[in-house]
Order: sequence, then structure tokens, then C-alpha cells
Amino acid sequence: MRGYVIKRLAQALGVLWAAYTVSFLVLDYLPGDPVSAMAGAGADSGQVDPAQIAELRHQYGFDKPVLVQYAEHLGKAVRGDFGDSVSTGRPVTSTLTEALPQTLQLTGAALLLAVVLGGGLAVSATYTTRRWLRQLLLSLPPLGVSVPTFWVGLVLVELFSFRARWFPAFGNDGLRGLVLPAVTLAIPTGALVAQVLAKSLLTALDQAYVETARAKGADRVRIHLRHALRNAALPALTIVGLLAGQLIAGSVVVETVFSRDGLGRVTAAAVTAQDIPLVQGVVVFGALIFVVANLLVDLVYPLLDPRIVVASARKARAV
Amino acid sequence: MSQTVVDDAADGAGLGLVRPVDPKGDLGADPGTEPGTESGVAPGMDPARRSGPRRGVRFLLLRPGLLVSGLVVVLVVLASFWPGLFTSQDPLRGVPSQNFRGPSCAHWFGTDELGRDVFSRVVHGAQLSLKATLIAVGVAFLIGGLLGLVAGFVGGWVEDVVMRFVDVLLSIPALFLSLALVTALGYGTVKVAVAVGIASVAGFARVMRAEVLRVRQAVFVEASRSCGARWYSVLGRHVLPNAMGPVIVLATLEFGTAVLAVSSLSFLGYGAPPPAPEWGTLISDGRNYLGNAWWLTTLPGLVIAATVLATNRIARALDGEWSRQR
Repeated sequence: MRGYVIKRLAQALGVLWAAYTVSFLVLDYLPGDPVSAMAGAGADSGQVDPAQIAELRHQYGFDKPVLVQYAEHLGKAVRGDFGDSVSTGRPVTSTLTEALPQTLQLTGAALLLAVVLGGGLAVSATYTTRRWLRQLLLSLPPLGVSVPTFWVGLVLVELFSFRARWFPAFGNDGLRGLVLPAVTLAIPTGALVAQVLAKSLLTALDQAYVETARAKGADRVRIHLRHALRNAALPALTIVGLLAGQLIAGSVVVETVFSRDGLGRVTAAAVTAQDIPLVQGVVVFGALIFVVANLLVDLVYPLLDPRIVVASARKARAV
Repeated sequence: MSQTVVDDAADGAGLGLVRPVDPKGDLGADPGTEPGTESGVAPGMDPARRSGPRRGVRFLLLRPGLLVSGLVVVLVVLASFWPGLFTSQDPLRGVPSQNFRGPSCAHWFGTDELGRDVFSRVVHGAQLSLKATLIAVGVAFLIGGLLGLVAGFVGGWVEDVVMRFVDVLLSIPALFLSLALVTALGYGTVKVAVAVGIASVAGFARVMRAEVLRVRQAVFVEASRSCGARWYSVLGRHVLPNAMGPVIVLATLEFGTAVLAVSSLSFLGYGAPPPAPEWGTLISDGRNYLGNAWWLTTLPGLVIAATVLATNRIARALDGEWSRQR
């Protein structure tokens, strides 16, 4: 078990390092001349003084060889320093950590809704014996992943803020302001949860132990929830990392639609301003969330299903 | 693959979410069960086995949803090549006195703040959005397919390096990767499309590699090798054609995902500059008039949703439904 944990941790760190490298390649290396891009974005006039560019170039270290730049940036990034935002001049890390709580609130609420609604949908769709109802319920998740998130948000605002005036159309104020954004973000996520859970529930219901339970005379609710759902929920856990990534990415669109402050809004603004250090911070942060979520799943999973460690140990020995 | 559990789920993400848990198992066209080779299974026992066009018609008639989906896709493609078929109005010229008219017979989707016909803007926007989508899918298909092919066919350390790289791409949320690329490349329809395409390279690489690995072990590949065929002819004649099926299914799925991703990015304002009627831009323009002109956002959004739904439905049909039902 200890070897398993150490291996997973090492893998997670490796992925983070590589994600940083990819973001470095894309953002610092690809634009050719990030300084004139940054200077052009920062300055109001189109013309930028060459001397100023040279100074900026020196300030950001772009006059050094790429590998040296990379090593320096990486060294700083390991200590949590992603440089200063070009547009605001404030450190990237504190900009992100300040925006984080608002986004966590939104994504947390959305995740809760997604799991409750998506899970409920999957359970009821596999429980019902009415064919039409099952068909109807199972047709909802594909619909949920097909509608553009920003459009759902706007339609909800249209209906519930402008027509019904139940919820505010934008802003961060309180629980009422959270409802529409959370619902918007929960739709694609919940659809994903429902698809995965419904599929693994159907597989579980086909297993011999369900047949046995049925033969023993257990009632349907009990079989469905105690036997099938408990086993089906395990494979569904594996998409947690995916969900975390999707939620964080979805917050970019949702926060823009609802004009909520948060990480997503910071991201959108950073891209608009071509604020390279800030965008890089966001990308690495997104990878961090994904990696941490997957790591948690990896570490919790063997506690719930001990066969996993056994299997991976056996596989390692075979290789 | 050491991270088995999580990796499988991530594969599912690449597959456009229709069957996220075990894509390799489900992704249609297994060469062994291709129509024609499989004959002993019960549903196929029907003595007068329908073949060719008749089976196709029957298949479609039993699935009205699929028929409608096909129709939607055909309409979108027609609109992007010959917008004149659907509307004779200029998408860019407005009649200021006619602004903010609701949907009517003259203006199916109403008019916007400058009195431009929204329906004709959506129809003309199809061209931009379809172009972007095709570029995105093409980039992902080519780069991802090539990476997967090399990884699967060459094996060894090359495979390790390529697949580790793919794992890293998967660990960055697709939208963030696209945004980083947009930051680096700049704005515009084509750049956004390339960014979306590169962000979805990983899924293609994984599916392609899995398929190549599977096909490579097939008896006919071994046979052709032992007959002394060169590696390129083994690759071109045997491995590639048999590994393509699932990758093509993934491409159709990716189509819907790309429509969504491209329109999201153009909604955020990174697509074509304002007068161009890109679908995402249309909706973000209409956003300012949410209170008094619902049709500016709702109707173009419905078109996007219908397109994505249609391509996803078709992908699902390609993904096994066709070969399973017989």
C-alpha cells in the first residue's frame, strides 16, 4: 500500500511538471515575441518604443537562452511564484488564490446539484419498469451534453431574472445569486454523471449477485440501492478528476455569462489582455486541480475496493 | 498503463461522453464482426438477410430521431455552402427602422438592434462555424491519429514518450489548453479552430493507439508479415484500414464537441471580429438585449444545440448500433 501511494504521488508530480512544461512551450515559446505582444496589449497606442521593448525583454528575462528561461521559471513556479500579471502588475499566485473562493462556491454547489440530479436520474431511469419513462429519462443526458452552457445560462437569466424576477441576473450576492449559475454549470456535469452511473448500474444489475439477491426474495428497492448502486458507484468514482476539470473550465463561461467574480472571470480577462503569466498560472492551476482530484480518487479507491492494489501489484510483478 | 482506472475515464472524456467508461470495448466496428463475416449469431439468422440499401432504409425508418439528425446535418452543410438556398437577405445590412422585430413570417428569427435579419445571420454564420469545426476536427484527427499510429506501430520507447505526452495533454482541461493556445496564437476563427483541435488531440491519439495495438496482433497482420510484406504495406493495407473505424466514430463525436468548444470561445470574444455572424458571437451580441429581445440569443442557441445533438446522435448510430442491429 505504501509503495502504491508513493508511486501515485510521483506520477502526480510528474504530470504537473509536464503540464507546466507544455504551458511554457505554448505561452512563452510559441508567440515568438511575447514582449511586443505584452507591450502592445498593455500600451494604448499601437507604437511601442524599441528601447522600452528591450528593457521589458531584459526585465522578463527573454534575452536569455530558452533553456535558462525555462529553468528559472520552473524554479520559481515550484515555489509557487508564477511572476506578476502583465495587466494588473499583481502577483499571479495571489490573484488566483483571491479569486478561488468564489469559484469554489460555484463549482461546489454545481457539483452537489450534478451528483444529486444526475445520480437521481440514473437511479430512477434504471429502476423504472415503464419503458417510455426509461427512454425519456435516458434521453435527457445526451441532451444535457449537447446544449451550449453559455446559452443555457442566458436562457435561464431570460426566464428567471427578466420574466419571473426570482433570481438576480448577475453578481456574487448571496445564495440567490448562486442558484442560476450553479444550475447552469450543473447541467453538463450532471449529464455526465448520469451517463456514467446509468451505464454502470445497468452492468451491475446484470451480475449474478443481483440474481441471487432476487432469488432470495429481496425487494427491488433494496436490490437496487443496497446491492447494485453500491457496486455501480465505484466505477463512477473514476470520473471525479474529469468532473473537477470540467467544472473549473465551465466556470470560465458561466462566470462570464453571470458576471460573477472568480477564477473563470480572471481567466477570460487574462486571455483577452494576452496576460501570459496569468494564463500560464491558470493552466497549471487547472492541471493541479485535475491531478489532485485524480490522486484523491486513486488513494481512496483501494480503501473502497481492495482488489485494485492487489491487481496493480500483480501487474507490476508480471511486467 | 499504470493509472488504469483514471486513464479509462479520461479516455471517456475524449470520446465525447457518450459512453465514458469503457470506450475501447464499445467502439463499434470490430473487424472480426464486420457485416458479412459474422453469420452465426442469433439476430443474423434471419434467412432473407436484408442487405445494402434496403437494410439502410429500414434501419433509418426504425429510428426517426436518427433520420431527423441526418436531415439537420444536411441542412447545416447546405447552409454553409449555399446560404442563398435558405435566405435572400443580407446578413450584414440592416434596416434601422425594422430593428427589434420579433420572429415573424418576414423574419423567422426576428431582427437585431440594427435591423439585420437574425435568421440570415445564422444561416451565413453556419459557414464560419462549420469551417472552424472542420479545421478543429481535422487538426485533432491528423495530429492525434498520427501520434497514436506511431505510438502503436513503432512501440518501445517511442510509444512511452508519445503516450506520456498525451497523458499530460489530458491533464490540462481542454478549455484551458485552448485558451492558452488562443493567448499565444491570437484571435480569429481559424486560430480558435486550431486551438480547439490541438486541445482534443489526446483522445484521438489514445483511440488510434489502442486500435493499432489490437489490429497489430491480428492473424492476418502476422500472415502478411510472414509473407515478407514491407512494414509500410502492412501498415497501409492491413493495420490502418482496420484501425480506422473507431477513430472515425470518435471524429463524428468530436464534431459536436468542437461545435460547442468553438462557439464557447467565440462567445467569449476570441472568434471572428464583430460584424461576422459566427454562432457564438451572435449569442454574445444578443446578450445585451436579453431583457427586450429574447430571440437574439434563444434561437441561434437552439440551432447550435440541434446541430450538436444531431451529430452526437449520428455518432452513436455509427458507434455499434449499426453493426449490432441486424
